Amino acid sequence: MSRVIRSFQLMVAALREIFDEAGYARFLHRRQMASSCQAYAEFCREREATQARRPKCC
Amino acid sequence: MALLGAMAVAAIALHRGEPINALWLVVAAVCCYALGYHFYSKFIAARILVLDPRRATPAERLENGRDFVVTNKWVVFGHHFAAIAGPGPLVGPVLAAQFGYLPGTLWVLVGAVFAGCVQDFVILLFSVRRDGKSLTEMAKEEIGRVGGFVAYAAVIAILVILLAVCALIVVNALKDSPWGTFTIAMTIPIALLMGLYLRRIRPGKVLEVSALGFMLVLLAIWGGRWVSLNPAVADIFTLRAPSLAILIIVYGFAASALPVWLLLAPRDYLSTFVKLGTIGLLAVGIVVMHPTLHMPALTRFTDGTGPVFAGKIFPFAFITIACGAVSGFHSLISSGTTPKLIARETETRFVGYGAMMAESAVAVMAIIAACVLQPGVYFAINSPAGIVGQTPAAATATVSSWGFPVTAADMQTLAHAVGEQTLFNRTGGAPAFAVGMAHIFSQSLGGEIVMALWYHFAVMFEALFILTVLDAGTRVARFMIQDAFGHIYKPLSRTSWYPSILATSALIVAAWGYFLWQGVKDPLGGINSLWPLFGIANQLLATVALCVATTIIIKMHRTRYAAVTLVPLIWLVAVTFSASWHKVFDPNPRVGFLAQARVLGGASATPPTARLIFNNRLDAAVTAALVLMVALVLIESVRDWISVLRGRKEARIKESPFVMTRLAEEKA
Repeated sequence: MSRVIRSFQLMVAALREIFDEAGYARFLHRRQMASSCQAYAEFCREREATQARRPKCC
Repeated sequence: MALLGAMAVAAIALHRGEPINALWLVVAAVCCYALGYHFYSKFIAARILVLDPRRATPAERLENGRDFVVTNKWVVFGHHFAAIAGPGPLVGPVLAAQFGYLPGTLWVLVGAVFAGCVQDFVILLFSVRRDGKSLTEMAKEEIGRVGGFVAYAAVIAILVILLAVCALIVVNALKDSPWGTFTIAMTIPIALLMGLYLRRIRPGKVLEVSALGFMLVLLAIWGGRWVSLNPAVADIFTLRAPSLAILIIVYGFAASALPVWLLLAPRDYLSTFVKLGTIGLLAVGIVVMHPTLHMPALTRFTDGTGPVFAGKIFPFAFITIACGAVSGFHSLISSGTTPKLIARETETRFVGYGAMMAESAVAVMAIIAACVLQPGVYFAINSPAGIVGQTPAAATATVSSWGFPVTAADMQTLAHAVGEQTLFNRTGGAPAFAVGMAHIFSQSLGGEIVMALWYHFAVMFEALFILTVLDAGTRVARFMIQDAFGHIYKPLSRTSWYPSILATSALIVAAWGYFLWQGVKDPLGGINSLWPLFGIANQLLATVALCVATTIIIKMHRTRYAAVTLVPLIWLVAVTFSASWHKVFDPNPRVGFLAQARVLGGASATPPTARLIFNNRLDAAVTAALVLMVALVLIESVRDWISVLRGRKEARIKESPFVMTRLAEEKA
């Protein structure tokens, strides 16, 4: 049972990483900020400077 | 496992005359991947790369909570797979199915295990040992300035051709299809809504908004049926190829110039959500339904006279299928975000080698989706009007004369079943894949009644997938051009300065828009010239990546094992150089660009003919330039290897110094 729960947690963690939710949580933690429209706007600007420059594969 | 794999491969390779079950391909693939991963990747990890679990990775040493983050290996695997899995492994195998199911399947399995997975794995590890440096930086450091410059130029060229070919596939999938056009058009307001929702209502809740977006897309698919059944509304969404091309060019410009949060990021999330779900669903559908493959193992078109694209199996099957077997583009991802997330060196094997195996499995699914169709139907869908004729009667007569019987009534029934006006001349691979996928799904979920819904779901899935590559790629190319122009005039590199944004966006959109327009106007369907050009550019980038890998392996004093990257490199050089030779100089006008220009030159001199002649000469020049550049890298690399092996040059690699991982200290 614990393996099933662990697998589910891993799947959710992978999805949170792929969909940038984990990145946003790290951003809030790093900046000591609470989630808000301004914080998310700042996060989007930071992501654009890094991730949006990476080509997506064919 | 080896016996089972050998039996499955033998069944695929030797069975003739009767259709075989798709499960043989699944079993062969699973066995090849399992053996390749368990033995070959372990051999590379232990003997050549000597993965060291005690060595701290950049994610640990340079952790900043932004780019460099120690991450669970399964999470990195998901991240890496989502980045490398684009439309390539779906489209390439569908096009190559014109040779039969055998060449594509063998190339996907052998190419992935011995070339593609190896390339992704070694480039990932070498990037991890160099603080997550990119392929262009590694090429510059290990091979020299020429290597760095060529890698950079190849990336720009690939992006331009890739974007054009992606746009052409969408145009061919949506032309004269009000249902498909409406559904895809609706994804733009849905993405805008998602962007505003994320920004203003529930900041950062991406999974939640992606699920909402997915529901809205399903609603748009259902609404598309209503649109197609109402002649007044259907007329608005029934567009011809040139109109669609102009709309996509305008869309590409908008996606590049608008703020990333508004359109690009939400569409990316939506696309990833649909992509992961659909690939999983298709895998389950194939295993559960285990359909029969109607395409023969080998068709008569192995002689190079194929209607989908011209050219013999060697070299054209090997450049048509890139992403499912070996793709140079992957080396950009392996030296991009992924090396900055890896927690331990030993995990590069699972992420680099393993994710490429998963990508290869997607290609096998695409082969199955194409080959479950009756061959006559497959060729009627994928052949351009310039080859089979303009009318249904002419097209079915031509296809039937090749030994693949099909009637106009069959095609009309199928078109009606999937909610289209016609399925003739729908080149590009996407419509054939959608019909195959709808065929597999409709057998298990909902029956023939919902086939139209499945077909348009598949079209939406592919178009969404491809448009995401298109808008992200346009933006990335814009950044690269801004960086380069910044050396001439500093303000041009500022990514927030609108004159620069508008000028560079216009430049990159004009570049791929030109090739797209050329493809739309091409009487042979465009894919015939653009897909091989893309395949050549992509495999040439793989050649650069394998040159870098071989150079590093030799400098690591592992020359006796250099064949691991050298053999795939030699194969790719043979494939790409001979394909380039054929595309430029082949006397057959359906294959050679210059031969086609000569034939057109002999015809009446009208403005469209003059443009076609210029286009063919331009394609020939682009191909020749790419090959010359990669030949330079190859010569530079070989000179480097000889100097190192003869002791004339010190074998110095540019790895980051060894730092013991904290994890190991804690364990100790």
